Amino acid sequence: MKLGYFPGCSQTGTAKEYDISLRKVVEKLGASFDEIQDWTCCGATSAHVTNHLLANSLSMRNIALAEQQGLDDIVAPCAACYNRLVLSQHEIQTQPELKREVELVLDKKLGKEIKVMNLIELFIKIGLDKISENKKTELKNLKVACYYGCLLVRPAAITHFDDAEQPTSMESIVELTGAKPVDWNYKVECCGAAHTLARRDIVLDLSKKILDDAKEHGANVMVVACPMCHSNLDMRQRAMKREYPDHKDFPVLYLTELLGLALGMDEKELGINKHTVEFKYNELPADKAAV
Amino acid sequence: MSSHNHNHVHTVADDIKEKTFQDVSLCYQCGKCSAGCPVRYYMDIAPNKIVRLIQLGFYDEALKSETPWLCAGCMTCSTRCPQEFDLAKFMDAVRELALEKGVKVNKNHIVKFHESFLNQIKRFGRSWEIGLIAEYKLKTLDLMQDVDSAPDMLIKGKLEMIPHKVKDKKSVKNIFSRTAKK
Repeated sequence: MKLGYFPGCSQTGTAKEYDISLRKVVEKLGASFDEIQDWTCCGATSAHVTNHLLANSLSMRNIALAEQQGLDDIVAPCAACYNRLVLSQHEIQTQPELKREVELVLDKKLGKEIKVMNLIELFIKIGLDKISENKKTELKNLKVACYYGCLLVRPAAITHFDDAEQPTSMESIVELTGAKPVDWNYKVECCGAAHTLARRDIVLDLSKKILDDAKEHGANVMVVACPMCHSNLDMRQRAMKREYPDHKDFPVLYLTELLGLALGMDEKELGINKHTVEFKYNELPADKAAV
Repeated sequence: MSSHNHNHVHTVADDIKEKTFQDVSLCYQCGKCSAGCPVRYYMDIAPNKIVRLIQLGFYDEALKSETPWLCAGCMTCSTRCPQEFDLAKFMDAVRELALEKGVKVNKNHIVKFHESFLNQIKRFGRSWEIGLIAEYKLKTLDLMQDVDSAPDMLIKGKLEMIPHKVKDKKSVKNIFSRTAKK
């Protein structure tokens, strides 16, 4: 199975391990990627909060390239890119005037809607049975807090993906690895997102609440599907410890890394050694392991 | 500022309606948006009150508030609104209008972050973290924050010394020049 791929900027920088683990896992499951050639940034938060036409033009340039390349559906592993690409297409398809404006900016006629998949939809498309079939290690020592954040599930009326308040699709994937998902309260709370530089205080505060709730509900690891969430929840733990001296390190993995471990790959292969908070499955302290 | 003239004057509320295809009068002020807003605690004015200010014609107060800039765009409000008023989209329009009208926003580094981010896209077509951090720090003179995490990221090979550049520079240049605000 060959799928269109829009990596997004983070995958080439702060979220390299997400890109590495995604490609390896997809290959193990018998699928491969056809990357959109010469893609640009989707505009991210900064474009849509300051200039509507710029945001839509940047996103639609990528959709137009995908169409030109003959791709029917594309995977956007970053929840923020996924959200921008889905929302932009929705606006273009429902607002003829905006469509004309964007076409003028891009010097291109825009065609049909292209299906954009997030990480969860990707695995559903590949087939969840493939995960079970290829499983090498039962991750029975993990109790997982599945964190969706904001942009995977909202706005539900447009993304048509899972429940906006109580999603469970990530849990159904995590269960296949032998790990045990926990029930907790903060799975769709915001981590502070793009405020990471300008208002680090907010990000530390919100992200700590999310990590604390996961711990309180018995998790020993968090799993995410967004590079921005990951950098706020993992990398920011260093500053969190200074701000809140009682904070204890809590590992945060990309869903692809968790799957990689279950498919028999090791931490280094998957890039888990690039995280701020160390994670080694075989060295999980006994008191953290699930019973 | 008032919109209560016999000859209708084009108002900020009209601008917002044009940008978002929704009428602010939809909101009946139940406050559910502010109750669930993760950043409400940090705001000078609650999100539902920004809507109220626009409804009543207090445009300056709404546009210069820090609230729209603190909105993280998480869309919790839009998801829960009983009137299906898309408040996140409304906030996008308020921010865009504040910039278009040159409103001086209360104590704001967030605007400088967005400018710095978009400048990398304008230059390279893709985001470049080192360029973003350098430009943001020059703009805000906030030099000490994050001196701890940067070396960590460098060692782990997460910060690229050289930006990834898009080959089709012309299309990126056109996108920025054709969408620039006059």
